[in-house]
Amino acid sequence: MTSAALRSRAWKLLEMVTTPLLPSDYLDLVSPLRAGADLRGRIEAVHPETGDAATVVIRPGRGWRGHTAGQYVRIGVDVDGVRLWRAYSITSPTDRQDGRVTITVKAIPDGKVSTHLVRRAKPGTLIQLDQATGDFVLPQAKPAKVLYLTAGSGITPVMGMLRDTEFDDVVMVHCAPQPQDVIFRNELHDLVADKKLRLTEVHTDTDGMLDIARLDELVPDWAERETWACGPAGLLDAAEEHWTEHGVQERLHTERFRPGIVVAGDGGEVTFSATGKTVDADGATPLLDIGEEAGVLMPSGCRMGICFGCVTPLKAGAVRDLRTGEITEAEPGVLIQTCVSAAAGPCDIER
Amino acid sequence: MTAIDPTAHLTTEQIEELGRELDAIRDEVIAGRGEKDAAYIRKVISAQRKLELVSRGVLLFSIFPPAWLLGTAGLSVAKIMDNMEIGHNILHGQWDWMRDPKIHSTTWEWDHVSPSEQWKHSHNELHHTYTNVIGKDNDLGYGIMRVDEDQKWHPFHLGQPLWNFINACFFEYGIAAYDLELGKNLHKRRRKNPEFRARAKAVGRKIRKQVLKDYVIHPLLSGPSFLTTLAATFTANLVRNIWTHSVIMCGHFPEGVQVFERRSIKGETRGQWYLRQMLGSANISGSKAMHFMTGNLSHQIEHHLFPDLPSNRYAEVAVKVRALFEKYELEYVTGPLPKQVFSAWHKVFRLSLPNKKPKVKTPDREQELVAA
Ligand code: FES
Repeated sequence: MTSAALRSRAWKLLEMVTTPLLPSDYLDLVSPLRAGADLRGRIEAVHPETGDAATVVIRPGRGWRGHTAGQYVRIGVDVDGVRLWRAYSITSPTDRQDGRVTITVKAIPDGKVSTHLVRRAKPGTLIQLDQATGDFVLPQAKPAKVLYLTAGSGITPVMGMLRDTEFDDVVMVHCAPQPQDVIFRNELHDLVADKKLRLTEVHTDTDGMLDIARLDELVPDWAERETWACGPAGLLDAAEEHWTEHGVQERLHTERFRPGIVVAGDGGEVTFSATGKTVDADGATPLLDIGEEAGVLMPSGCRMGICFGCVTPLKAGAVRDLRTGEITEAEPGVLIQTCVSAAAGPCDIER
Repeated sequence: MTAIDPTAHLTTEQIEELGRELDAIRDEVIAGRGEKDAAYIRKVISAQRKLELVSRGVLLFSIFPPAWLLGTAGLSVAKIMDNMEIGHNILHGQWDWMRDPKIHSTTWEWDHVSPSEQWKHSHNELHHTYTNVIGKDNDLGYGIMRVDEDQKWHPFHLGQPLWNFINACFFEYGIAAYDLELGKNLHKRRRKNPEFRARAKAVGRKIRKQVLKDYVIHPLLSGPSFLTTLAATFTANLVRNIWTHSVIMCGHFPEGVQVFERRSIKGETRGQWYLRQMLGSANISGSKAMHFMTGNLSHQIEHHLFPDLPSNRYAEVAVKVRALFEKYELEYVTGPLPKQVFSAWHKVFRLSLPNKKPKVKTPDREQELVAA
């Protein structure tokens, strides 16, 4: 028998010993970051960067496969007891000696996870991790000239690139309200002093928003540069238009942080994605009834919110709890009780 | 059914007001759920796992009597924790709000021969929706006992103290059979029903795994302590079964608890539903340890009102609920465990014999509701 087969036999036996739990349920008690465990990380330190941004140093579990500069990682953090998932760009270089990775987080108003990470996260806390992903990365072949166009926390993936790969000719245009809001400012200025980077800071509180047409004056040869841009949608939209107008759109790489913001309304179009049905729902009818009327096979039980026999994944959009009025927004792993939830805007139910 | 309707003094408005007050209690707990609660259930789960590991470890040497005693006691407690404070409550969705897929009603599997999925259906759905409604809530006497004067007596009931005792000893199997609705499904036609067969198969698989683990694998791992480990596991299962059976009997059977007629729940409002839960359940009083070991089912009344609130909150909720009982002049049935167990058993014995029909007719609740 091969050793792999032997190991899987041994594992099967171990599963019989621990049934109905899994051996990993016990192993997690002592070694949550071991190889073979669900991917997790441990927060080892939180370093403030600016008044509202901080860098979180994470020791990933043994299953971590590393990242490419510019990529992001999804992390699951327990905030007030509730596990919430968010994506953050990795700011550490890929060859960091101690195997740690860092993300840099800017606390946004009402941002549960970002505020928690910047203000309250404690070293020693376990978090959930996904593998790094994203195609906002540098190419294999080094471009001769590079432009980084960033705003606010859009600097984070670019910082990962700057720390990772040196280019001969790099220009960066970065926008932030005031000088003290520029994340990594000291490090950027050190790079400038070492002649590794040419930097233009746009302080929007005094200079106003960056008018993309000003690029001609700030970086006259922008059209010849391979460009990576990251920041608010307004900036990226303007950049895409500008690059397309000049017929150099293939040189522009963009990264958008918040794909769609959920607007919670009252009722909306409900998609039952597994069945492929779409129907209109008002804000007062339980989704269980809406689904059943549309001929979707909906699991159910008590129909009054007590048996949890109707829980179903919410894939997109938002729903309102008819008992408490509480809004639940779609996130990976979010399940809702369809018998006491109504559409709060368009939503997608996995049935 | 008591001869005198214990809710006769309440108006419809009062019942609806009561419902609103209970909703407010619920909302308050939901708004306050947080990190501390999450830490609580995680701690309990981790403690249970450690206790089970250590106890099973000790049982490897169970050939020595002190090790046997210690290991058996530890394993019994671990099994009780698994079933009650952890399993029962997680399967009620009490911890779903944490969004931790490992501590979730849709993924949890417990140390019990009834698969979680089936138990959730019969318990969460049938029992909790139709609490104490004769003919709808099979938990009432589990289909093998007569638990109310108004139920028809049959010579079969003479043996019910014995049935109940056997059921207590093998309670997890009783529950599995009951979740399968075995009595009803063993009729020839039903037996062939593919849906029933699939469920029966799932139970078979679960039983096989559980038995293999408790009575073959762990004893084998103990080598020379084979027999003593086997005896220890058997004892732990027995202790757990009798304990859970006792706690559960205390929840709905003691004297003073009401049962309801099938037609009384037609068109029930939220307030009326709450009222039925209040009158159909009974608590056990006692220390914190006592509440913990019953999985907080000692707060059965609060649990039936709010089956999805985290169990560690029932104690604080109980104070407010009890005040409502007083305000609305209703009887809050509670007492220490021995008293409640005695009371429940007493009823089992008493009703094993035929009784005279109660002199005063039960008021027809349906008419009452329609009139109100
Ligand atoms: S059907 Fe029972 S909770 Fe939704």
